[in-house]
Amino acid sequence: MVINILTYLFKFIGLLLLQLLVINNIGLSSYINPYIYVAFILLLPINTKPWHVVIISFLTGAVIDAFSSTPGLHIAACNFMGFIRIHYLRVTTTKEDREGTHIPSISQKGVVWFSVYAFVLIFIHHILLFFLEIYGFQEFFATLSRVFLSTFVTLLIIIVGQLLFFKAEKRNG
Amino acid sequence: MRNLIFFIYKYYVFFIFFILEVLAFVIIYRFNNYQKANFVNYTTGVTSSFYTAVSNTNEYFSLRGVNDSLQAENARLRSQLLTSYYKNNFVPTQVNDTVYKQQYDYIPAQVVSNSVTKRNNYITLNRGKLHGITPEMGVISENGIVGIVMNVSDHYSTVLSLLNNNCKISAKIEKNGAFGSLVWEGDNPRFAALKDVNKHVPLMTNDVVITSNFSTIFPEGIAIGRIYSHTLDAGDNFHTIKVELNTDFSTVSTVYVIQNLLKKEQQQLEATIVRSGN
Repeated sequence: MVINILTYLFKFIGLLLLQLLVINNIGLSSYINPYIYVAFILLLPINTKPWHVVIISFLTGAVIDAFSSTPGLHIAACNFMGFIRIHYLRVTTTKEDREGTHIPSISQKGVVWFSVYAFVLIFIHHILLFFLEIYGFQEFFATLSRVFLSTFVTLLIIIVGQLLFFKAEKRNG
Repeated sequence: MRNLIFFIYKYYVFFIFFILEVLAFVIIYRFNNYQKANFVNYTTGVTSSFYTAVSNTNEYFSLRGVNDSLQAENARLRSQLLTSYYKNNFVPTQVNDTVYKQQYDYIPAQVVSNSVTKRNNYITLNRGKLHGITPEMGVISENGIVGIVMNVSDHYSTVLSLLNNNCKISAKIEKNGAFGSLVWEGDNPRFAALKDVNKHVPLMTNDVVITSNFSTIFPEGIAIGRIYSHTLDAGDNFHTIKVELNTDFSTVSTVYVIQNLLKKEQQQLEATIVRSGN
């Protein structure tokens, strides 16, 4: 249990550093701002208690907010995404998945399942984040294209990252 | 009562989520509607010192460029020194305090964190309250305008970058004094838009855009950029102007924070007009 928490803490710090030091500095265009740290919330074990997921999402958002001097934007987006995740997984996972320590990842659930799952949640996160950032519906279509482009880039990075680093993991059970 | 407790127990996840979400929205709402007063100090020591460590490392890679620009600025300033002027008469220069009263003071600072690709960009500086920085001071680089100080902690301050939806700067065209307001429209960090310039004002590309004398934040005449393109749509009362900014926000590292020594006096005076006008 303690080891588990430590592993996740390391994963969190790793993703945080990757986001802050690498991804935030790429600057492809003002339309592409990937936020890959959401992978942390996406890849929590399926059997994580719902209220744990909500609290963890909130804290993740709070840390990112503190580092990017944004007022509560990431908290709102992450928290909402965490809440949707609970219901999405309740509908789309089997009883088997929910027992034991399965992770909703490519190696355990397949590329297609994971892509749809990640796309839905990342899209929800980004749409909230970017519209709250501009704080209104002026520049509606510019913001919408920002949401779509960033969602696809985030999704791509997360999928490629998983294929690179978690290939060895096999479904056990 | 038992039913109510049961109801809360059954949906407790939703309630936790709901409370946290409302909290986030309250923070966002207060921040966006405030902007001008102090509310939460986001420049916490931990996050800022993290960015300081990162920027200290990054600085080594841009030393050459920084040196070049500082050298250029030094040369420019040196050429303005009295010693580089030929004395044309024998009357020694006098410093006359009653004619010239110093109005602006400049505090040098280093950028420790910056972004250009977000819709709302912020800059963090390594100088704060202890160095005399207070909110709503202007920030410039050696090339031109950068932003406005938003929050200060003891050793750090956050700056609302010009590349931000909430940043609006009073500007004018140097040639004819026509004024408008400068905003960033979120696409390219090299360009901003100059709004509210009346259609009867004649414009040329490459006209210089400078800060106006209307604000208490920036001195008059700080360079902003040049007009890159301008159009006048039929039936529109205002020009659509694209301004190429002098400051390259992606490389800005040395900045100066402007302290207006007469700001309080001006604001007090203007406040009395509002009061007596009612």
